[in-house]
Amino acid sequence: MADKKLTPQEMAQVNYLPPAGDWMDPTVEFKRGTYCYAAPLKNQEALQLPNPRQWNPQDKDWKLPLDFKQLVIGGMQERLDKFRSWKLFLDICVRCGACADKCHFFIGSGDPKNMPVLRAELLRSVYRKYFTAGGKALGKLGGARELDEKVIKEWYYYFYQCSECRRCSVFCPYGIDTCEITMFGRELLNLVGCSTEWVVGPASSCFRTGNHLAIPPHALKQSLEFAADEIEGITGIKIEVPINKKGAEILFVTPSGDFFAQPAWFTLLGYIMLFHEIGLDYTFSTYASEGGNFGLFLGADYAKSLNAKIYAESRRLGVKWVLGGECGHMWRVLHQYMDTFNGPGDFLQQPVSPITGTKFENARSTKMVHICEFTADLIYHHKLKLDPSRNDRWKVTFHDSCNPARSMGLFEEPRYIINKACNHFYEMPENTIRERTFCCGSGAGLGPDENLEMRLRGGLPRASAVKYVRDKHGVNMLACICAIDKASFPPLLEYWCPGVETAGVHELLGNALIMQGEKTRETDLRGDPLNPGAEEGKTDV
Amino acid sequence: MNNAVKILYPLAAVTILVLLPLLTLLGPSAEFVFAVIIPCLALAAFFSGFIYRVVRWAQSPVPFNIPSVGGQEKSLPWIKDDKIESPGNNWAVTWRMFLEIFFFRSLFRNSRADLVAGQRLVYGGSRWLWLGGLAFHWSLFIIIFRHLRFFTEPVFPPATWLTNLDSLFQFSLATLFLTDFIILISLTYLFFRRVVSPQVKYISLASDYLALLLILGVVISGVLMRSIFKVDVDAVKRLAISMITFKPAVDSNIGLPFYIHLMLVSTLIAYFPFSKMMHAPGILFSPTRNMKNDSRAVRHINPWNHPVRVHTYEEYEDEFRKPMMAAGIPVEKKQ
Repeated sequence: MADKKLTPQEMAQVNYLPPAGDWMDPTVEFKRGTYCYAAPLKNQEALQLPNPRQWNPQDKDWKLPLDFKQLVIGGMQERLDKFRSWKLFLDICVRCGACADKCHFFIGSGDPKNMPVLRAELLRSVYRKYFTAGGKALGKLGGARELDEKVIKEWYYYFYQCSECRRCSVFCPYGIDTCEITMFGRELLNLVGCSTEWVVGPASSCFRTGNHLAIPPHALKQSLEFAADEIEGITGIKIEVPINKKGAEILFVTPSGDFFAQPAWFTLLGYIMLFHEIGLDYTFSTYASEGGNFGLFLGADYAKSLNAKIYAESRRLGVKWVLGGECGHMWRVLHQYMDTFNGPGDFLQQPVSPITGTKFENARSTKMVHICEFTADLIYHHKLKLDPSRNDRWKVTFHDSCNPARSMGLFEEPRYIINKACNHFYEMPENTIRERTFCCGSGAGLGPDENLEMRLRGGLPRASAVKYVRDKHGVNMLACICAIDKASFPPLLEYWCPGVETAGVHELLGNALIMQGEKTRETDLRGDPLNPGAEEGKTDV
Repeated sequence: MNNAVKILYPLAAVTILVLLPLLTLLGPSAEFVFAVIIPCLALAAFFSGFIYRVVRWAQSPVPFNIPSVGGQEKSLPWIKDDKIESPGNNWAVTWRMFLEIFFFRSLFRNSRADLVAGQRLVYGGSRWLWLGGLAFHWSLFIIIFRHLRFFTEPVFPPATWLTNLDSLFQFSLATLFLTDFIILISLTYLFFRRVVSPQVKYISLASDYLALLLILGVVISGVLMRSIFKVDVDAVKRLAISMITFKPAVDSNIGLPFYIHLMLVSTLIAYFPFSKMMHAPGILFSPTRNMKNDSRAVRHINPWNHPVRVHTYEEYEDEFRKPMMAAGIPVEKKQ
């Protein structure tokens, strides 16, 4: 945060007027609270990143390699030849500005370089200088500028102020996707050794331990046992949680945040209860104990490297197919990249729900099913007994997480589950949900505390919509299906609209799930007392 | 760079282009240059540049299947999927692209966000850009189509029909086509947007103004030579026909306004492949719009899918074997 804490009223005084002067002059001030720290040397080395060194964005000298210009320009050339998206998106923007107020970081900060168009122009201007005739000949008049250290600094600042949420790409008349631009920018930065700790740290942990949180296998087992104990306390049912079990039918992979951090933890309880209740033959894995993929925030190769464990582990364990938990960018990778990266998964079988017999046609190649698809199917076929009144203390709204929304189109399944598991559900305004959903402001590796002011600013549009339903309908629970959401919303909502909590969809399901042989529940999964009279009016669905 | 400069340079360039055809007054050989040589060079630049750019795009592969999804995916049979915004087959993609290209569907979605007191964001429809853009592009298309009457003898009937339709609402005195009127208004709107809106002004480059001013120059010169500085239309048509039959012949009484119009048009098409106007073919290549949302059902192949460094299970177990065994987690090798 800035030296003195800004109140929400102060932070919401956003000035949208661009500053005087030309954006092409790279000026960037690393203001406290609005940027991410650099990755420490040991983590850079763990991932074998280029130009490893100890440095900090506030340093005057970033200790870039002497030939950083050639490295970046060579990197551009290589990537232009490899990615049509990048070549095209650098060429065809007409700067109509339709994307400008679609970006949550622009809305929350007013910084014109957070307009998606200008974020891309930061790269395009350099591209023009070295790759187009007009830019070479006309220089600034042709919208072209030299690559220098200042430009690198500016890139670092602004490509880590984009959460790769793809909202602007929905509104762009040519589908220009700033997520692609940002990925491109970050890969180039990476070539000269500029990456952030909050991305590199988890990615290097994941490489070694199998998950972002660096949970070693024995600690993961303890954690799952602890979850089982908690479930026993709540329901009276003792559950064995399978780990690294060979020959299980299904491998379950979920973001590692679920293993430790609240409120994601309660979602984990929900999964384990659900799997027990339907008698699913599944297993957790310690090696592939991460669904999320911070490699994606560094570059395609790192994403591929971390993602490889899921197929490798399903092959080793001999499972039939893979089920994935609630997570945002994890599903970007699983849905749009995994099969291409590390497929074909032809040693697996087409996913079929062992309970309902439903064939998941849409996952017939990747062999990986989203937990919301799986659970919605169970409920639709009346395989679960639910008592939605156990969630009666919650007036629920649903936040579409960026990636399941705009990269997958997973809209109805989570809503279906919530509507069956809860009695009170209210949608946020239509400009802020489904394909038009707003990011929490902390996606794509922007979540560290040192970046809090920017996260809060980026979260303003989402929080504003939550506030709207809080004030109108008394909403006090924001349900979501993303681990970053679960980590970032509690402080965000506390700041902008106190009184609204955050939960995973499967936490709400776990509350409502009537389990065979369970004792009368006195508390919900959070350990808070259930509503008086909640046990009345049970309904089978 | 000062914003005024970004406008003044393109304005100066267009002014020079308007003045250059004065050289045709020198005589027939100068006329030949402006009537035949320059347009031919421009056409050559247009076609070669256009093809070069498109081929260059096509040469880069599409390594990943990355559509921007705007509607419910096809998943469970009882959940209705959005066929257009989450296209599952080539027909759906074609339809999505059709709506995008002919009706600017994504731009139609445009809204504006206003932050009002009390940290409230208010969203309003904002379709002026969509309307202005659509009006401009459609008018331009019809105008170009109308020009077919100069290049066909007998006139291509649809060109006549469209011309008649376009002149249904003739404005009393001058013979101003409806599309002329619309394109002037929409271009003026698109220009003023860039000057008036502080954000759009901030992002605008000289080339953005150049494109607008060039097209405005073409339209204005075209309108003026129809209504005020009349040129010999028959002579223009004879020139056009002679050109496309590769027997160029220039009438000496064709008139200066025509050369100004032709000079601006030639510059526009020669500039086209090197400018942002390439968004026209570009949209067809846009992977976020022209791909199917079926990446879990059908494997997308990345042609350069190179191997990367991975951490294998064996390496992992080697590091953690002892604590795994102590915790009772099954392992592959006991030692």
